[in-house]
Amino acid sequence: MKKFLAQAYIWTLLLLLYAPIIIIMVFSFTESKVLGNWTGFSTKLYSNLFTVKESGTTFAVDTGELVVRSAPQGVSSSLFSAIENTLLIALVASIISTALGSVAAIGIFNLKGKKKQAMYFLNNIPMLNPDIITGISLFILFVAVGLTQGYATIILAHITFCTPYVVLCVMPKLIQMNPNTYEAALDLGATPLQAMWKVIVPHIRGGMVSGFLLSFTLSIDDFAVTLFTKGNEGLDTLSTYIYADARKGGLTPELRALSTIIFVIVLVSLTLINVYSIYSKRKNIKKQYWRYDKAS
Amino acid sequence: MNRRSSWAIPYFIFMLIFVVLPLVMIMLYAFKDSNGSFSFSNIATFFQQKEAVNTLIYSIEIAIITTLLCLVIGYPAAYILSRKDLNRSAVTIVLFIMPMWINILVRTLATVALFDFGKIPLGEGALIFGMVYNFLPYMVYPIYNTLNKLDNSYVEAAQDLGANPIQQFVRVIIPLSKPGISSGVLMVFMPTISTFAISELLTMNKVKLFGTTIQENINNGLWNYGSALSLIMLVLIGVTTLLSYSGKGDEQSAGGLL
Repeated sequence: MKKFLAQAYIWTLLLLLYAPIIIIMVFSFTESKVLGNWTGFSTKLYSNLFTVKESGTTFAVDTGELVVRSAPQGVSSSLFSAIENTLLIALVASIISTALGSVAAIGIFNLKGKKKQAMYFLNNIPMLNPDIITGISLFILFVAVGLTQGYATIILAHITFCTPYVVLCVMPKLIQMNPNTYEAALDLGATPLQAMWKVIVPHIRGGMVSGFLLSFTLSIDDFAVTLFTKGNEGLDTLSTYIYADARKGGLTPELRALSTIIFVIVLVSLTLINVYSIYSKRKNIKKQYWRYDKAS
Repeated sequence: MNRRSSWAIPYFIFMLIFVVLPLVMIMLYAFKDSNGSFSFSNIATFFQQKEAVNTLIYSIEIAIITTLLCLVIGYPAAYILSRKDLNRSAVTIVLFIMPMWINILVRTLATVALFDFGKIPLGEGALIFGMVYNFLPYMVYPIYNTLNKLDNSYVEAAQDLGANPIQQFVRVIIPLSKPGISSGVLMVFMPTISTFAISELLTMNKVKLFGTTIQENINNGLWNYGSALSLIMLVLIGVTTLLSYSGKGDEQSAGGLL
């Protein structure tokens, strides 16, 4: 009974949490402009997503009396470039963040006392800062310095809020590491750089990967910081595009299809990650068992 | 070995330029009037404008209500998820985290769609409901994490010493899960207090929060006044952080997302 109630609570919550997403998914299979209005099954929104509309305008052919107006096919090129921008910015920002953060984590790990505390404190600031403050403060910095806002400023801003998470992902791996292995590599004739590459990097690789993935998702998801640092040259990421779109009234119907695709990708990759981690745990246990078996 | 401590230097310089300097600049701008000389006029203007002050108080109220609701709804969920006898599958916890990977604006618009679908009027109720919707996973996950790591022998000890289930829960489990609660509260309170776009979309601009006030001023080129407002929010956030971390400082709980 207790278990039943507990399960009922969990699944009711989940149903409520997912209700909006399910509605979006269901209505991605109908053409209607307004959400909640079912006008028959269609996959047009999906096919539209992969065809770029000519320069985003409806072209009308004026033939004397008769105006032939061809219905706009596909999504506007601005949505397309917003998707491209989002991925490009996320990729560049998370690669740089991972590099900067991993190097920084090794540095901080080797610091002692007050200096270490100070670095931890600094590292915490961007994580605790609300997005809007990070955005505005960087906006003011860029304006004061006279930097033209665009790709570079967005990427710099994203590196700023992503790197602290990379440091936090890599740090536990460094703490778990046996410091003697590095010394051993040096004693065996490795140069510091070789020892670094062959001993430390493999140890922290897991942390670097999760730091990279976290940075990538944070960057894709970011809205507030991007809004303040994108300048006004019409550069948009998916978030700012959706925001502008929603403010104009109503969401572009194709975004329902896009959200569905994104959700499915997330669903599949999370499932794969989980299956993989369970699988590798099992394999580890088997390995240990095997070793134990041999030793005895 | 110690030479590698110098590896922290590039990051240190980066942080000085992109984290510390911008915050210092907000402070400088906040205390400058339109002529560029030092003054408290921006802060004074804020406290003279009844509307702005009311918006701030209203935002704090909304954020507190949202955070409390998330805690009340999220704690039992986290508790159930962490108990092996009540929940055996690992799938449910993943399901709880997954909405966090979906763009927050898309999620918000989906919520608006749900309200439209159910003919629920967009207003204050919708705002709170939508915020709880959006931020619930941020409450569940940290609490689940601490409860999951909780050493069950404490609970068993309490049981052996004659505590009934309610006493066990109130006097052992809740105090031991405090780090999770405080990081969950932070992770919900911070975004709700500072949000701007979400509230606009959820209420079709009917309800205005402090974040929107800040954004409007910055967008209208009132950088000094906007900076002063940002500074006020920064102080608010600083105080909240200090309060919730006043117990034990747990370096990693705040970032425990992945």
